Amino acid sequence: MAEPVLSLRGLSKSFGALKATDDVSLDLRAGEIHALIGPNGAGKSTLIGQIAGTIRADAGEVWLAGREITGHSVAARARAGLARSFQVSSLAMEIPARVNVRLAAQGRAGGSYRLWGSAARDAALAAAADAALVRVGLSARADIPVAELSHGERRLAEMACALALAPRAFLLDEPMAGLGGEGTARLTDLLADLRHEAPILLVEHDMDAVFRLADRISVLVYGRVILTGTPDEIRASQAVREAYLGEEA
Amino acid sequence: MTLALFLEQLLNGVQLGLTLFLMAAGLTLVFGVMGLINLAHGALYMTGAFVCATVAGATGSFWIGLGAGALAAAAAGAVVEVAVIRRLYARDHLDQVLATFALILIFSEGARLIFGDRPLWLDIPAALSGTLALPGGAQYPLYRLAIIGIGLGLAGGLWWLINRTRIGMQIRAGEADREMIAALGVDIRRLYTLVFALGAGLAGLAGALVGALQSVQVGMGEPVLILAFVVIVIGGIGSVKGALAGAVLVGVIDTMGRVFLPATFGLFMAPAEATATGSALASMLIYLVMALVLALKPKGLFPADA
Amino acid sequence: MREALVNFALIALLPLVALGAQAAGETYVVTLAAKAAILALAGVGLNLALGVGGMVSLGHAAFFGIGGYAAGIAAHHVFAGTPVIGWPVTLEATDQMPLIWLAGVLAAGLAAAAIGAVSLRTQGVHFIMITLAFAQMVYYLGVSWKTYGGEDGLPIYLRNQFPGLDTGDGMQFFALAYACLLAGVALVWQVARSRFGQALAMARMNEARLAASGISPYPVRLVGFVLSGMVVALAGALFADLNGFAGPSMLSWHRSGEIMVLVILGGVGRLCGPLAGAMLFVALETLLGGLTDRWQLFLGLVLLGVVLFARGGLMGMLAGRARHG
Repeated sequence: MAEPVLSLRGLSKSFGALKATDDVSLDLRAGEIHALIGPNGAGKSTLIGQIAGTIRADAGEVWLAGREITGHSVAARARAGLARSFQVSSLAMEIPARVNVRLAAQGRAGGSYRLWGSAARDAALAAAADAALVRVGLSARADIPVAELSHGERRLAEMACALALAPRAFLLDEPMAGLGGEGTARLTDLLADLRHEAPILLVEHDMDAVFRLADRISVLVYGRVILTGTPDEIRASQAVREAYLGEEA
Repeated sequence: MTLALFLEQLLNGVQLGLTLFLMAAGLTLVFGVMGLINLAHGALYMTGAFVCATVAGATGSFWIGLGAGALAAAAAGAVVEVAVIRRLYARDHLDQVLATFALILIFSEGARLIFGDRPLWLDIPAALSGTLALPGGAQYPLYRLAIIGIGLGLAGGLWWLINRTRIGMQIRAGEADREMIAALGVDIRRLYTLVFALGAGLAGLAGALVGALQSVQVGMGEPVLILAFVVIVIGGIGSVKGALAGAVLVGVIDTMGRVFLPATFGLFMAPAEATATGSALASMLIYLVMALVLALKPKGLFPADA
Repeated sequence: MREALVNFALIALLPLVALGAQAAGETYVVTLAAKAAILALAGVGLNLALGVGGMVSLGHAAFFGIGGYAAGIAAHHVFAGTPVIGWPVTLEATDQMPLIWLAGVLAAGLAAAAIGAVSLRTQGVHFIMITLAFAQMVYYLGVSWKTYGGEDGLPIYLRNQFPGLDTGDGMQFFALAYACLLAGVALVWQVARSRFGQALAMARMNEARLAASGISPYPVRLVGFVLSGMVVALAGALFADLNGFAGPSMLSWHRSGEIMVLVILGGVGRLCGPLAGAMLFVALETLLGGLTDRWQLFLGLVLLGVVLFARGGLMGMLAGRARHG
């Protein structure tokens, strides 16, 4: 089997006596959507932080495309090809989505210490930003300040930022959160399509979307992955039912 | 170096440190509870000194002057909080810096209008004008020992206030969670005015106490303000314990550096050069210590959220 | 574009005032115009850190003063006929402004790199207090540096020279200061629109977004801080030559506050805000200062009013709310 694109090996993090993540290992393979689910307090946020680089792991490694990125900063991970979206949209609100997306394209292209020229008139950056905005379907609304966009549109803008990085892997933190039916459907279609460009590690509460989209699902309970499998295997698992689904039923 | 000189300078350092603590405690509380950076804290220090000197001159009693100085600074703090500061809590730090910088200009010119351009002099109270013999033979001024005593007493009082009283509980709750405390039915506007006035009163008291050691003049609060900032950065912002530890550390290092660095350089340099180099380095010493602390512990030695 | 028109008017106004005053024989006003141009240049420099990068630095007087001392030290040695450095290599003093500016700007750049490297590890209130504290350290260094006047500072008996100009002539010196201001405005305008400027602006608006875009915020801020300090140092060198004096007062934290006040009076983050602010500041200082010694009381009240009630500053009133993007 081909080498996984993103690989977590034995990640652990404790806050005092609390083990937020405990020896978590999982793989993200080329072309797949791998969903990470688990009840509140299972350690999903901590795990995302460890992958994205905002939380330093006590132990374990993170590998991306055959390179270890465990000690890398957030920015270095993004440059290595890990694009993330935030649980709460994190964009510069006072400027248009296009400028936000263009900065991601700039991060990808480099030259961020170039003092000459105009970023706004840079054809290469504009083309990359355009392509990403077209892809998420936000072109028509890309030139008004983000503050004036709807919640769903901000989610799409954030996806466009991730796309403009031309990443090797996506790390999406509850992209469906707060979206209505139409918004969820739109994003579901986008993600289903995106996986062929780069695989997606999807942390999501919306179980319908998860079971519709995911090729594989990992279940995180009390900081440990109790099972990784296909949606059918997860549905059939007694352990998952007890630990997680049973709680919601 | 003799033991007497060492002890004398150590006490001087502790005395400077405790005065800095009185400044820093108010600043750090105001930041911790209200999230405000107040550049005008030095103006309240100056207010305390001016009022103390004037009242002591009129009544002939240093102690009445001291009380009046602290109360006047607290009152000025309360007025300023109600008129200006409370509009700044929701603003960004830039607005806070500018508005409190404006207050400095207003206070400085106001002091010149009210008290005149010339420095005032404040005499040490007769009861404390004597000295005490230190081990090693040096005579140490009683007044400076009294400042140390008052500083320690107030540090203890502040600890008691914050940890053992209802108001202290509200202050601690305010540091942890501002919405929560409003939900608990505490009158948050009154609490903020109270905390600000308390900090102002402590600054005014410090100004009045130091006023008897040096001249009372416009601008006297600003070098102390900047030292208090260094104290807060070293001790950890928002932490009263950090302010005390940082203040004594800064006071002792600064005082010792000024005395002993030139002497140390004198061991291997010509006297004039040694004095110049040593005192230049000594005046920069605490800032270098601050840089070192930041490099090792960016949140200070006793961060409030630890 | 209303702001472009206002910018153009502001840029044109200053030389018109200077020329008019010259024609009317009011040479004092020409000096004031030069002062406004120089303070505006300092504001333009600070605005790069403050307005574009969101770094509330209360320590820029350090860079202003370093520039000033460069001019003062050069003039001091030229006047005394001594070399700046006698050992291990001999560095003769020069009275040529381009060389002095180069030295001052580089020295300030180094100082800004050192101060920024430590201060930028922190943010918010910490950053404000630490930049203030480091500037105070430089101030005490100036005070205790007896070779260069200590507390009294250095007089500049003869203004430093610029090739092809008579810098002793008020109008020609104004022209020089004004040209430097234009160069500073052009530089900051260009930096802000460059790729670097976009990254620096994002460091102010949303640091997490910048990092998620693959650009590390810390070095971006540091470069912005250094560039800003270098522009302010040029203003300092001119200021020393204007006043015939370089000393610790240029390093004092009141100076940092004043430069910041200019930026705010004009409108933060606006290209020509510092120019509007500096002209207003010099006008207030001259007009009110002529009426009363207590003019700073009124400056304080005006500033308080602007902060509390008119947050866009002068540019906000003249050109409407700031446009971003």
